[in-house]
Amino acid sequence: MLNWSNFAAQLFNGLATGALLALISVGLTIIYGTLGVLNLAHGALFMLGGYAGFVAFQATHSFLLALLAGAGFVMLAGLLIEWVVVRHFYARPAEDQILVTFGIGIVLVELVRAAFGSLAQTMPPPAWAAGVTSLGFLIYPTYRLLVMGIVAASLLALYLVLYRTRIGMVVRAGIEDAGMVSILGIDVQRVFLLVFGIGAMAAGFAGVVNAPIVSIMPDVGDNILVECFVVVVIGGVGSFPGAVAGGLIAGEIMSLTAMFDPSYSAVMLFAAMTLVLALRPQGLFGVAGRE
Amino acid sequence: MTLLEVEAINSYYGDSHILFDISLRVEAHEVVALLGRNGAGKSTTLKTLMGVIAPRSGQIRLDGAPIAGRPPHVIARQGLQLVPEERRIFGSLDVEENLRLAMVTAPRAWPLARIWELFPRLAERRRSRGTDLSGGEQQMLAIARALVRDPRLILLDEPFEGLAPIIVQDLLRVCADLAAAGQTIVLVEQNVAAALSVAHRVYVLNNGHLVYDGTADSLRAAPAIMSRYLGV
Repeated sequence: MLNWSNFAAQLFNGLATGALLALISVGLTIIYGTLGVLNLAHGALFMLGGYAGFVAFQATHSFLLALLAGAGFVMLAGLLIEWVVVRHFYARPAEDQILVTFGIGIVLVELVRAAFGSLAQTMPPPAWAAGVTSLGFLIYPTYRLLVMGIVAASLLALYLVLYRTRIGMVVRAGIEDAGMVSILGIDVQRVFLLVFGIGAMAAGFAGVVNAPIVSIMPDVGDNILVECFVVVVIGGVGSFPGAVAGGLIAGEIMSLTAMFDPSYSAVMLFAAMTLVLALRPQGLFGVAGRE
Repeated sequence: MTLLEVEAINSYYGDSHILFDISLRVEAHEVVALLGRNGAGKSTTLKTLMGVIAPRSGQIRLDGAPIAGRPPHVIARQGLQLVPEERRIFGSLDVEENLRLAMVTAPRAWPLARIWELFPRLAERRRSRGTDLSGGEQQMLAIARALVRDPRLILLDEPFEGLAPIIVQDLLRVCADLAAAGQTIVLVEQNVAAALSVAHRVYVLNNGHLVYDGTADSLRAAPAIMSRYLGV
């Protein structure tokens, strides 16, 4: 039924979904922008974050520790993946990079399946954020409101690191022209390692935040990966504001379409991407001329 | 004192052989021009010195230390600094950030005030993003970004290309001032007259081979070389 409270609820759902998509996509876009590697393991890293958070929550019953564990564990996994595998593929063709990161994703998913099984696991929201909150015009799950706050705070933190610190300056320069950064005396290999770690951490963190909303399964990252590609294309490859705007736009498109017919959510998402590609191929915030 | 010594380097782009046994030396406090037509191998020589391209054979020594085959960031930390032909200013960073980025690993960075003094135009535009600069301002920033690292040797790749004559005059004056202050410079340039006005010595490249080496004055006195290899 199309009525005001239904519409408002879907609008808020879109915001919560979009905020999460934005956070995961920021990781994907800075990795692609800096390293030039399309990380097809990104969805698996998101999934891994959910499981790491789940394990930490089982052990401690603390949501905060689950968040820290998910983000920290996936960051370490990301650093290891870059160091052991991905860095040997920078000079290789894009097909090789896509295949190897896709392979890493499969390995991660199957390792988790072997350890936890295929059945869905559930992680409750923190007790203080369970239930619903009345916003006057809308009664809405408290945890989803919390998600928007957490994601906004983490995006702000990432923004401050990227735009207000020396290391952020190096990363932004690396996204634009890693070769020139190297000519100016900076070891780009170390910058790449760090960027991969930060990008993975964003995905892992989002995985924990997402866990109380949907149940966690080994293949929970598959759809997310596809949606994040769309977000990055809409926002512009390598653009932080683009990933944020693209995430919110994608979240709203899927959520508002679902109000009429959920089976068209993905269709509308791809329609929007096609529209952006036709009118502004570099994406909403992208720089024309770069690959 | 010899600052840079290059012995018989051979460089390739993929399978194509670009530089053939190039040897050259640069003394400290000297301005050396590398001249030649388009495709002669001048830029490839500078890229090989900087480590952007690894030579397949030959030796490069900076102050006696071998640097051939090292990555660019290691060579930069030893005091060599390339100002690339395309300038490669970071468009999303502002003028000051471009300079601060270059200072990150510099052992003795210039104070920014010294850059502002040399290029007052950049001081006015310190908060402008790289993409908003004119071609001349971008070139000033490209040179400033190298100088701020206080390099022992600066490699300038066609710094005057595509700039208005008045800006070329400005930049030539900056080069002359730097040279007078003892800065060692290797200059690659199509503008032969401009290059000869600041260079002490000259190397001429043709199709990847070294075909002439001498002082700027002796090249001026050799019209046959000038017309044959430089089209002047």
